[in-house]
Amino acid sequence: MLALTLLLTTIPVQETMAQETVVAGLSRAAIEINTNFNGSEILIFGAVGRVSPPPEGAPLHVIITVEGPDQPVTVRRKERRFGIWMNIDAVEVDAAPTFYAVATTGPLNEVLTQTEDLRLQISVPRAIRAVGVNVGDTDNFTDALIRIRGDSDLYQMNEGSVTLRDATLFDTSFRLPANLVEGDYRTRIFLTRNGEVVGSFSHDIAVRKVGLERFIYNLAHDRPLLYGILSLVIAIVAGWLASAVFRYIRP
Amino acid sequence: MQVYLPIAEVSVNAFLLLGLGGLVGILSGMFGVGGGFLMTPLLFFIGIPPAVAVATEAAQIVASSFSGVLAHLKRKTVDLRMGTVLLVGGLIGAAAGVQVFALLTKLGQVDLLVRLCYVVFLGLIGGLMFFESLRAIRRARRAGHTPVAKRRQRGWIDALPFKMRFRTSGLYISVIPPLLVGLFVGVLAAIMGVGGGFIMVPAMIYLLGMPTKVVVGTSLFQIIFVTGFSTLMHATTNFTVDMVLAVLLLVGGVVGAQIGTRIGVRMKAEQLRILLAIMVLIVCGRLAMDLLLEPAELYSIGFAGAGH
Repeated sequence: MLALTLLLTTIPVQETMAQETVVAGLSRAAIEINTNFNGSEILIFGAVGRVSPPPEGAPLHVIITVEGPDQPVTVRRKERRFGIWMNIDAVEVDAAPTFYAVATTGPLNEVLTQTEDLRLQISVPRAIRAVGVNVGDTDNFTDALIRIRGDSDLYQMNEGSVTLRDATLFDTSFRLPANLVEGDYRTRIFLTRNGEVVGSFSHDIAVRKVGLERFIYNLAHDRPLLYGILSLVIAIVAGWLASAVFRYIRP
Repeated sequence: MQVYLPIAEVSVNAFLLLGLGGLVGILSGMFGVGGGFLMTPLLFFIGIPPAVAVATEAAQIVASSFSGVLAHLKRKTVDLRMGTVLLVGGLIGAAAGVQVFALLTKLGQVDLLVRLCYVVFLGLIGGLMFFESLRAIRRARRAGHTPVAKRRQRGWIDALPFKMRFRTSGLYISVIPPLLVGLFVGVLAAIMGVGGGFIMVPAMIYLLGMPTKVVVGTSLFQIIFVTGFSTLMHATTNFTVDMVLAVLLLVGGVVGAQIGTRIGVRMKAEQLRILLAIMVLIVCGRLAMDLLLEPAELYSIGFAGAGH
């Protein structure tokens, strides 16, 4: 009996899901970090595909998220000890995205219900998981993480920055800062009605160091001793060259 | 022109780095100091992670001292025997310092340690230099002649065992004090990203009683190997040496040093020293303020693993 009710309730949801689907495109499939990398902009656009006319009633909303690779981080808090401000308490955050941006067509609390947010981990606080509890006020630490990363544009909340035309065509752009971490950046697009997600789409953008940056980074981590020696030799040669050139110009 | 630094993982203006290198280079040329103790804090101020700043600065010191060592070797103003003893101590100290650095990075206290070291040493050296050169200027005004330096007094150092003859310096002393001086400088080199000349030179003159003409060459000889070694240690344990950053700073620094040397010969030694002392005290004060005043942001983010 229970199984039957579950079955009955799931069918209509699946039907609505199938009614409106996302057809999306990205302005670029990959982002390359090279020597003069200074941040990047990605344009995300798409259309809502339908087999029948849009349902009446609640308007359609679009939420787009871009999420960088997760990393465990330690958030530390300074306190005054012996007259000096030093790190005392720390909270380990098991997984925090190195970059996270949300763009919506309207205020997030109107276009998405709390339950859906919890289920799909859409808003910034939901995307962070802090498990290790060393102190009582863990929330202050995760808030600080969001605040600090928000200040350097690593966490962005762009409410109302998605334009939706005729409930069909949508587009938005994200500004990626210069200090990006390498990895696959998951882009998710959600269609919502009445705060419920009715359609979704997901795609990865690869962010990679290329050229000289790639070479130096790999060398430093794969052959650290060789890299260290090479750094010294290059530094010595560069210093010698600079002084030779200078003496040549101004005898 | 922005440059993305591959190890520091930040984007910085290349001309800012060249300029910083040049500025510190001018000062180090004027005052005849390594400049590491000024460059490393300046790198903190422009947002380079302290771990990367310290490790990269070590590489830069090697490169900028290289030509100096060659010149001193040619002039035979290096006490190789004393240099080797200092070096043995220095290598042990640097190895220990890098381990301490890695451990404190994990504990999240590396920032505090580096800053505290800077405040203590810059304050001490700056203060001593300031009063010493004030006194020298006053003395020069009053008498117009420099008093004869007192002969080094025989004390506890001569009572220590394991004596060794250092022919170039004309000394017959125990190896323990130079070993300890070397060790101490090695630890500082690894933790502070400095050559340590500002500690070693006074220690060699006043503590070991070495003749002034071999002091600079011998200390450079020790510095180049110790900082070279600590660069390699940082590169292999913490992965924090940024090649691009080192080269940019160095090119600016070498050109700056040439200009600085030309300015330096036109100024009086006491004036130079008092200027240097004031500068050291300013940097010290700026770092001390960060420790003593309540920071605007009490929280900070660190990565769980060191270096990665």
